[in-house]
Amino acid sequence: MGRFAANVRRVKIGIVTESAAGETRVSATPATVIQLLKLGYDVVVESGAGARASFTDDAYADAGATVVAPDEAWASDVVLKVNAPDDEEIARLRDGATLISLLSPGLNPELVEKLAARPITALAMDAVPRISRAQSMDVLSSMANIAGYRAVVEAAHEFGRFFTGQVTAAGKVPPAKVLVAGAGVAGLAAIGAASSLGAIVRATDPRPEVADQVKSIGGEYLAVEVEEQMESSDGYAKATSEAYDRRAAEIYSEQAQDVDIIITTALIPGRAAPRLITAADVASMKPGSVIVDMAAAQGGNVEGSVPGEKVVTDNGVIILGYTDLAGRLPTQASQLYGTNLVNLLKLLTPGKDGELVLDFDDVVQRAVTVARDGEKLWPPPPVQVSAAPAAAPAVAEPVEKKEPRKLTERGRIVAVAAAAAVLFGLIAISPAALQGHLVVFALAVVVGFYVIGNVHHALHTPLMSVTNAISSIIIVGALLQIGSDDAVITTISFVAVLLASINIFGGFAVTRRMLAMFSRS
Amino acid sequence: MLSIETAVSAAYVVAALLFILALAGLSKHETAKAGNTFGILGMSVALVATIAVVADDGLRTTGLILLIAAIVIGAAIGLWRARVVEMTGMPELIALLHSFVGAAAVMVGWNRYLHVEAHPDGPAARALDAIGLLGIHAAEVSISVFIGAVTLTGSIVAFLKLSARISSSPMMLPGKNALNIGALAAFVALTAWFVVSPSLWLLLVITALALALGWHLVASIGGGDMPVVVSMLNSYSGWAAAALGFLLRNDLLIIVGALVGSSGAFLSYIMCKGMNRSFLSVIAGGFGMEAPASGGEEQGEHREVQADEVAEMLTGASSVIITPGYGMAVAQAQYPVAELTAKLRAKGIDVRFGIHPVAGRLPGHMNVLLAEAKVPYDIVLEMDEINDDFADTSVVLVIGANDTVNPAASEDPSSPIAGMPVLHVWEAENVVVFKRSMAAGYAGVQNPLFFRENTQMLFGDAKDRVDDIIRAL
Repeated sequence: MGRFAANVRRVKIGIVTESAAGETRVSATPATVIQLLKLGYDVVVESGAGARASFTDDAYADAGATVVAPDEAWASDVVLKVNAPDDEEIARLRDGATLISLLSPGLNPELVEKLAARPITALAMDAVPRISRAQSMDVLSSMANIAGYRAVVEAAHEFGRFFTGQVTAAGKVPPAKVLVAGAGVAGLAAIGAASSLGAIVRATDPRPEVADQVKSIGGEYLAVEVEEQMESSDGYAKATSEAYDRRAAEIYSEQAQDVDIIITTALIPGRAAPRLITAADVASMKPGSVIVDMAAAQGGNVEGSVPGEKVVTDNGVIILGYTDLAGRLPTQASQLYGTNLVNLLKLLTPGKDGELVLDFDDVVQRAVTVARDGEKLWPPPPVQVSAAPAAAPAVAEPVEKKEPRKLTERGRIVAVAAAAAVLFGLIAISPAALQGHLVVFALAVVVGFYVIGNVHHALHTPLMSVTNAISSIIIVGALLQIGSDDAVITTISFVAVLLASINIFGGFAVTRRMLAMFSRS
Repeated sequence: MLSIETAVSAAYVVAALLFILALAGLSKHETAKAGNTFGILGMSVALVATIAVVADDGLRTTGLILLIAAIVIGAAIGLWRARVVEMTGMPELIALLHSFVGAAAVMVGWNRYLHVEAHPDGPAARALDAIGLLGIHAAEVSISVFIGAVTLTGSIVAFLKLSARISSSPMMLPGKNALNIGALAAFVALTAWFVVSPSLWLLLVITALALALGWHLVASIGGGDMPVVVSMLNSYSGWAAAALGFLLRNDLLIIVGALVGSSGAFLSYIMCKGMNRSFLSVIAGGFGMEAPASGGEEQGEHREVQADEVAEMLTGASSVIITPGYGMAVAQAQYPVAELTAKLRAKGIDVRFGIHPVAGRLPGHMNVLLAEAKVPYDIVLEMDEINDDFADTSVVLVIGANDTVNPAASEDPSSPIAGMPVLHVWEAENVVVFKRSMAAGYAGVQNPLFFRENTQMLFGDAKDRVDDIIRAL
């Protein structure tokens, strides 16, 4: 294999340094480089790309990558990035290249146009659909997980007390009370981190089915009791109703007076973040309390939060609006992001031969593709992926299904007419004595189809054993023959009656036994 | 004017309607028991009426004794078998019972020949000849014997396969479709010959041909399709009865035969749809042909787990789905499984069962076993009802199921079972697979589920392992 590969130029993946200010992450770590090599790719890493995430050039080289100058990394066949490229960077991509990074194509139509203007293929990591199969590539989840954890760490850093309660020689310390708004991935991570630090954690979320998840990681779920069900078809929370909002606002006001830390994570895709905590709520909090607004970049859940800034209010409440929470754990974030990329590339490299193939029959591959060879492919057709119990037809997986051959209205009429003609011919030439029986036969066939049309699946076996018993009606034929003068006929019919009797009695008895077992709880 | 003839006709109509009520009743849980009772009533009415007419015909004492002896012996055997059969052995029993219907049909057919055609100058033959039905009668004898014989050997092979007395893998004779079609063509030719000049040896040839065809048809169908085969044989036994009805000019037989025949055919069709298989290809034994294609190429590492770890996992779970398969039946694990279910439910854990339409070796097999172990039937759901819920489930216990939970069916178009609807167990958080070893399932296809990251294997006898878990709880 190696001998052949030596002659062929292998597809090269380039890891470039992030240009965005404050970005600490990198799109591959030494560990993910090894996995990329296993997929059959060559990997080049721009010198210093991993420095801010504590990955040295040497570590990459040890993993098997080649450390190169910036231009060479940008000239790769496949460029992996964290953030969306700027105009200059788009120009640096070579013709025919594939770019994989976060692109937010829904929010950046101009960026999509610019990418489509170049003869390149652009894949958006943040457009991976939320279906089970794609979980391993879901960057939003992996980053939200880190951000939720970090939000608690940031809050703890600003907060002047312990999280956990203690009774010490120097006095009793009450545990901190934390409110987490929104129990998505980030929220759940925050709940888990805060409760493992020892705090009392409460959580709110418009989707009642997350109550169990909240409980499972140590939080208490505050239900908003209104007549309304929240579950969206795409796996994200939706906007809420008025009655709900009113009751929720009351809960937030009550909680603001009680808790020490508030972490808000509420986001609605494609819209401004909902305002959950008003200025009045903030004013009612105790001095020294901390609020982390994880939605600050999208407009903020908290009145008065400033994206990327720490604000201290007049009453001494600290509001953190950091937007780079995931990036504050650069090593971890790079590792998870890099793994998400590897998983996507695994999907795109079915042969594990370093050959990148896009298959648009696969919803995941179609969904992430923003542009291909200068053709704009955004937005993709919608994917319905609800995990809700009352979900619509399950189309989450692209099952290879042959369309059942359906007859058209006309075709059906023709078929029925043809069958009728054949039947007519057969019956018309049959002797008069048979015709009555044929009528009975035809009608019984139809009745047979209809009576079991809706049979419950669980009853297939009893139904079968009963029909089996019933078909032993053949015994009637044997009974009529048993009185024959011919000894042979009598013997044969004796055996036939015997066999049919076994069937009749056995069939009914076994059915009765089975049916007696079915019970409802 | 009430005579014995009109009384018998009336009784037959009543019996036929009772049988229709029986089938209709069995399609719902609430009415199923009543349905069975209607069936028994219908059969009793038919038997009493027939015995009455036979007695009225001047049956001699020996005949009457023979008749009663046959029924009593048959009843004793039947009731005894029905009482002692293990619920797991149900598929075999039903297949065997089908073969009795086939055998009875063959015998009645022969008798008609011996009674009529064997004595061309006898009164029966003359009477038929007078109304021009002698030829038709011969054809009917041939058809009844043919269908009966196919049912007989087909059921015997199904019985042998189901009880593992012969290998369940499909028999592959070269040109098997040609063989089947050739047998049918030969049957038509032989019947025509038999009509022209009826003779005993010709009837024996027809019987032998049909026996061979029945054997070959079922032998070339793989084990995975057995539920469909059993239901198809059920349908055949119905058609055999209907053919006898024509032979004997008996509307009751025709009605009942057609009812059973068409309902059985429809049931097989429903099941084929459930497996996304073409009805024709199953009947012609097409399934097994591709089975050995891709065996275990996409393998990987599987992870093993111990019973106490599973117990721990279950305690922490909020919802559990159990997907049983034939392995549960083999290991007789339904009682421990029911106990486990009760224990978990007592802890407030939501436990449900997901049943694939073709789980087990008989349609509805799993439902019967779980019902036997007193699992309430409202937590036993079918595939379509539960398939969307796996993603929300903490733990899935796959007990002795393999092909019905194989992700290759929906993800690998080259898989022999591609396109077959399966239970999406792999979408759950954790999957525990109870299995004896890493062997492939009935369809002979490797299962990538075992190598998934969220899958853990619990090896050993399903019953012992479930008992271990209960103890650990």
